[in-house]
Amino acid sequence: MFIKQISVFLENTVGALRELTELLGKGGIDLLALSIADTQSFGIVRLIVSSADVDKAMQLLKEGGCIAKVNHVICAAVPDRPLGLCELLTVIEQADLSVEYMYSFLRNTGDGQAHMILRLNDGQKAARVFNMKNITLLSQEDVDKL
Amino acid sequence: MSAREHRIYNPAMECIDREELRKLQGKRLVETVKREYENVPMYRARMDAAGVKPEDIRGLDDLKYLPFMEKTDLRDYYPFDLLASPKRDIVRIHGSSGTTGKPIVSGYTRNDVDVWSEMMARTLTAAGCTSEDIVQVCYGLGLFTGGFGAYQGADKLGAMVVPMSSGNTQRQIMMMKDLGSTILCCTPSYATYLGETIREMGIDPEKDLKLKAGCFGAEPWTEEMRERIEQLLCIDACDIYGLTEIAGPGVAFECLEKHGMHINEDHVIAEIINPATGEQLPYGMPGELVFTTITKTGMPMLRYRTHDICTLTDDKCACGRTLARMGRITGRTDDMLVIRGVNVFPSQIESVLVSAEGVAPHYMLIVDRVNNSDTLEVQVEMTEDMFSDTIGHIENVRKYITGQIKSVVGIATNVKLVAPKSIPRSEGKAKRVIDNRKL
Repeated sequence: MFIKQISVFLENTVGALRELTELLGKGGIDLLALSIADTQSFGIVRLIVSSADVDKAMQLLKEGGCIAKVNHVICAAVPDRPLGLCELLTVIEQADLSVEYMYSFLRNTGDGQAHMILRLNDGQKAARVFNMKNITLLSQEDVDKL
Repeated sequence: MSAREHRIYNPAMECIDREELRKLQGKRLVETVKREYENVPMYRARMDAAGVKPEDIRGLDDLKYLPFMEKTDLRDYYPFDLLASPKRDIVRIHGSSGTTGKPIVSGYTRNDVDVWSEMMARTLTAAGCTSEDIVQVCYGLGLFTGGFGAYQGADKLGAMVVPMSSGNTQRQIMMMKDLGSTILCCTPSYATYLGETIREMGIDPEKDLKLKAGCFGAEPWTEEMRERIEQLLCIDACDIYGLTEIAGPGVAFECLEKHGMHINEDHVIAEIINPATGEQLPYGMPGELVFTTITKTGMPMLRYRTHDICTLTDDKCACGRTLARMGRITGRTDDMLVIRGVNVFPSQIESVLVSAEGVAPHYMLIVDRVNNSDTLEVQVEMTEDMFSDTIGHIENVRKYITGQIKSVVGIATNVKLVAPKSIPRSEGKAKRVIDNRKL
């Protein structure tokens, strides 16, 4: 139901993101999804990697002197057409949930679905609501195969 | 310049023969030492430890035998253990920031408030103020001595006081224009800001305002800033000096010669010492400024080390005053910063960070002056405990730290979260401050 996400603290300085991608890339980590949230002074980079790579990625980050954490997010499939995302958000709104952040996978699987990664204020409730409304949630295994 | 008219509030004291002054200072010193020894156990113990008895202090030349007092004494004996008068005789408390969490406070007797008012009356008179003037006070009126000091001095002169306190620039300018304020009291950086805002608003100070002079202090400034303020506001800008521990603003003041600040030497004795050895230095030599109050009764200070570096001169001034003058403060012998007129010690920031859970104690302070206002950025390293995947959570942590710092230091700072281990570690004394202000 939930998939693992790595979030990394980045100072808002020139080259910080490149250094992060270099650190992970040289360690053989492939990025499946990525988002950057930034303020004037700092940023948070959120990453999805294959579940087999999570521990290794965390180790590389720690060794590289980064502050990083693993947490769990929801990955929902939405139809890749106009209003597809709107319908998902309507479900969220009607269930009185709110989106803390959202981003999408980098890869298009060609099955007419877009894969959205979501953090909601109440993950357990969101999972129940999505299940009821027949919204497809990807498991960690599904994500690993993307 | 010297052709101008100089007003003097108390010529008998301000133009006193220096030999007479030395005798007066000596007599008052003897009385103060006696009072201190009899009423303040901490200072008695300190004198005993130094092997000095009150009767050993017979005049000004014996001052050098007295032990020093430090700002940490005001913290360690906070709030009332340095009082040399019964608490019922204290009529006022003022305070400023200490070196750690607690502020320092000073207690004033009626006599002390009167002495301080006299010093500020002299200060304002030296800038040209009379009972005909309208004095706009934009120093904060509160625990901080700036506002009350200026108010009392102007009140003593019988001037019309406009106690605006700090902030709300638009309203300050409106009142200045409507009331026709003639004398301005604020920090030099705020005077610059007022001047720039006035110009931006299309107000012509020569036509639309009646300002003629200002008494500016509570922070270090330069000749360049003086020129700028004088041009912006079409006034004479005079420097003033003071500190809560001694009285407040008015301990020393510039006359319209603008060539050093006259020290109110009938109320305080100024010394310059070598900060490393504590030995007295002659006039003209730069060193640490040390004050002894000789008329205060509430909380007298004997050989109080200001940690400000400057030089003294007793050359006669063209204004006619014989009171010695101190030059501009050129530095500090400790790490105190003056931010928007507020004294800030890096140790205060450190005490906040150390006591906040999950926050790393490493920090760096970046001081700058943007649009004539000092800024203080506090760089704090991100830790596992502070980190989260949402901006909101991290912003809350940042706001918490900002709030804690504000509650201790008293000013708003910009807390910046930086990468772990990005703040340089050094053995021994770490460099904690980068001051980019050009002063």
